[in-house]
Amino acid sequence: MIIKIIAIIIGLAILLMALIAVYNKKLIVAIVAAGVVSLFASVMYLLLSAPDVAMTEAAIGSGLSTIIFFYVVNKIRKNRKDHA
Amino acid sequence: MLKKIFTAAVIVAFAIILLKGYGFSGPDQQLNEVAERYAEKGPEEVGAANLVTAVIVTYRGLDTLGEVTILFLTASIIGFFLKTRREDLTAPPQVRKTSEILSTASRIISPIIFLFGAYVFINGHLTPGGGFQGGAIVASGLVLMLLANPLKTVNHKIISVVESISGISFVLLGVLGLVLAAGFLDNAFIGPGRFGSLISAGAIPIIYIFIGLKVGSELSGIVSNLQETQKEEI
Repeated sequence: MIIKIIAIIIGLAILLMALIAVYNKKLIVAIVAAGVVSLFASVMYLLLSAPDVAMTEAAIGSGLSTIIFFYVVNKIRKNRKDHA
Repeated sequence: MLKKIFTAAVIVAFAIILLKGYGFSGPDQQLNEVAERYAEKGPEEVGAANLVTAVIVTYRGLDTLGEVTILFLTASIIGFFLKTRREDLTAPPQVRKTSEILSTASRIISPIIFLFGAYVFINGHLTPGGGFQGGAIVASGLVLMLLANPLKTVNHKIISVVESISGISFVLLGVLGLVLAAGFLDNAFIGPGRFGSLISAGAIPIIYIFIGLKVGSELSGIVSNLQETQKEEI
């Protein structure tokens, strides 16, 4: 029962973060929100007793891909500054 | 207006499909035929305490080889398109200083993350996790290191040598299974060992160590290529 309640709360948090990631105008906020979606999703996988998938999601989804997005945004901003 | 109605209709249809397909009745009461076969015969045939590993490395080993190959292709394409002009750099690039907390913490935490990644892929046949997860954890340790010292460069020679050697060894182990045991990537050519101990499940630990090294070096290569693009032309 308590796991169900936690799962519902996490699901709502995932929805909220996904909406922030889509609708926020600031790219940095959107990237962090997308990373948080992955983090909550990995907790969700753990609750659904899939620890293998949870590990992958936590390491790749919220760790590596967030950093890669940050690198790309940084690069794009730099290029824009050069051309302006 | 029409567009919004259409979107709402699609979402409702999707919800109906999901409700019909999965329901909220909880997990299935019975395994399907293939899963039942794996669950019943897996421990005695493969000898891995973690059944997911038995499926990924042995029963569906060819899929894993394909996944690793796709990851390799991705890494090499990224490396190809992000070729940096390192010769043009005369003045040392200027980067913002990292905070004291990050640089101090990374010195302590990064080795622990590397160790944990190695633990995850060495114990892939006993505990949750395995080559992919361990490799990803190793790569995230490298990310922490690169974030703490932006001027650090990763030696691409070492990464590509580790990557190629582990890829070749993975395929060779598969062929060894074909020659000495029942089929490609069969793990039975090494004795099964005692069920649940570290040296058990035949060749699975060896294969998983190579997969872990391969995935770790590929992801590290991607990240370090992207990190090098941050340095040029500031």
